[in-house]
Amino acid sequence: MKQKIRIAAGQGFWGDLPDAPVRQVEGGPIDYLMLDYLAEVTMSIMQKQRSRDPSAGYAKDFVPLMKEILPACVERNIRVTANAGGVNVEGCANAIRHVGRELGLGGKLRIGIVIGDDIMAKLDELLSRGIELRNMDTGAALSTVRERIQSANVYLGAAPMVEALNRGAQIVITGRATDTGLTLAPLMHEFGWAADDWNKMAAGTIAGHLIECGAQCSGGNCQYEWRSIPNLANVGFPIVEATPDGNFVITKHEGTGGWVIIPSIKEQLVYEMGDPHSYITPDCIADFTTVRLEYEGRDRVRVYGIEGRPATETFKVSISYSAGYKAVGTLVYSWPEAYDKAQAADRILRARLDRLGLKFDQILTEFVGANATHGPIAGAPPADLPEVQLRVGVRSEDRKAVERFTKEIAPLVLTGPPGVTGFAGGRPKVEEIVAYWPALIPKGEINPTVSIIDV
Amino acid sequence: MKIQLAKLAHARSGDKGDTANVGLIALREETYPILVREVTAQRVKQHFKGICKGDVERFELRNLGALNFLLHESLDGGGTLSLMTDAQGKTFSTALLRMVIEISDDEAQNLDVS
Repeated sequence: MKQKIRIAAGQGFWGDLPDAPVRQVEGGPIDYLMLDYLAEVTMSIMQKQRSRDPSAGYAKDFVPLMKEILPACVERNIRVTANAGGVNVEGCANAIRHVGRELGLGGKLRIGIVIGDDIMAKLDELLSRGIELRNMDTGAALSTVRERIQSANVYLGAAPMVEALNRGAQIVITGRATDTGLTLAPLMHEFGWAADDWNKMAAGTIAGHLIECGAQCSGGNCQYEWRSIPNLANVGFPIVEATPDGNFVITKHEGTGGWVIIPSIKEQLVYEMGDPHSYITPDCIADFTTVRLEYEGRDRVRVYGIEGRPATETFKVSISYSAGYKAVGTLVYSWPEAYDKAQAADRILRARLDRLGLKFDQILTEFVGANATHGPIAGAPPADLPEVQLRVGVRSEDRKAVERFTKEIAPLVLTGPPGVTGFAGGRPKVEEIVAYWPALIPKGEINPTVSIIDV
Repeated sequence: MKIQLAKLAHARSGDKGDTANVGLIALREETYPILVREVTAQRVKQHFKGICKGDVERFELRNLGALNFLLHESLDGGGTLSLMTDAQGKTFSTALLRMVIEISDDEAQNLDVS
């Protein structure tokens, strides 16, 4: 058994720095590369793509990335865990197999895929058996949005990924799997951790939480002494260096920018935190109030003492449904009296929308430069701002109402207060809203399966 | 004396649906008990008046010298439903750091902020 494993984070979200995974592979020694592609709404986007093209529905960027790094990964035995499969895990794996053959890696590369997270096809059957999939936040019954559902996927944990690694997969591709599982699975596989060793499950989960947002734990978006953070242009993405006892160090490659310091680690620990005593994943309940931190050198923070509790009997389900339409329009007002002019333009716009009799569920006006981030907490803006952006958003079940709204923005330039610009982008785009419905399902209802594909 | 939280703490915020979370972290260990005493759920609710329409919950992380706040019904429906510039609550952190709290002269002297 190896006594130390280095797991590198390569993507904090789908659309993160494209060269970050490459620099993780080339910048120094690592054993694993974990890539998190799936935000809550990503699955519905992929579902739409697949409905138009049956071969689509996964993170397309993953394929050229693997083409670039696969030779080095195979040569140095770096293994990859990625939830890039979206709603078409097999399609994604086939694309990677194709790339592997092109690179002459036939016979040298094994891909493991995890499926079974997609419950779209059996939703009605589940509902008919009394599995209600009520909204965890609102308590509402799923039947209220049944006709508008676009995707339904269970967040799978580390277990099936561990099986894929145990069966020799060098690349593990999943659909909807937890981002923490992408880090925990390699640790369970390498160190032989039992799935009911709750402290270790919690340690691997918190390690995953720390690196799943990429550079956000190594200097990116770091409030603490932000002016002093070195060389963010070449920010190093985080690496977990773990030992079999469940302790680990967060670090980054030598010669990269950013920093790994206790304050940057603390900021990421509390990110998207609920009840810190009970961070619930499919694998365990992790207790963030047990985390201990200490320096172990420059850009090295040791994390230890983590305790966990048994996993719950349910998986979380991520359901997406169509929830109407929205559009956001903006214009920029310049000195003098920029804020007053922007406010006047908003009143004029609303009067016109009223006169048109358009029905919106919501109209929101913000003045960027005055109150868009801190609202009333910011207080009155300084007198005579150099410029203010008027930003008006509308939301409605009625697409036509939202479309009509988009035609009312640019005309304000010739029919409203003076000193206005910033309309060159044309009419605002009407966007379909795909909303998120979190629910729970008994674990016994779900059977994740692992398949092996040899290139 | 009165002092702004920005001088005593740093923070990070994010979202879960229509709930924003703000982790407030003491810059120095000695400051943590002051945060516990002054930055109550009730005061945070008051600070975010007009923004937070639901309850505010507070959790203590003594091990990190941090408090975690959950601000329910704060993101205009949250996620893709929200029309807000900051639909993910990313700037709730700095909004909380605007809060002004009361510390004693002794505390100010000990923290070297008088």
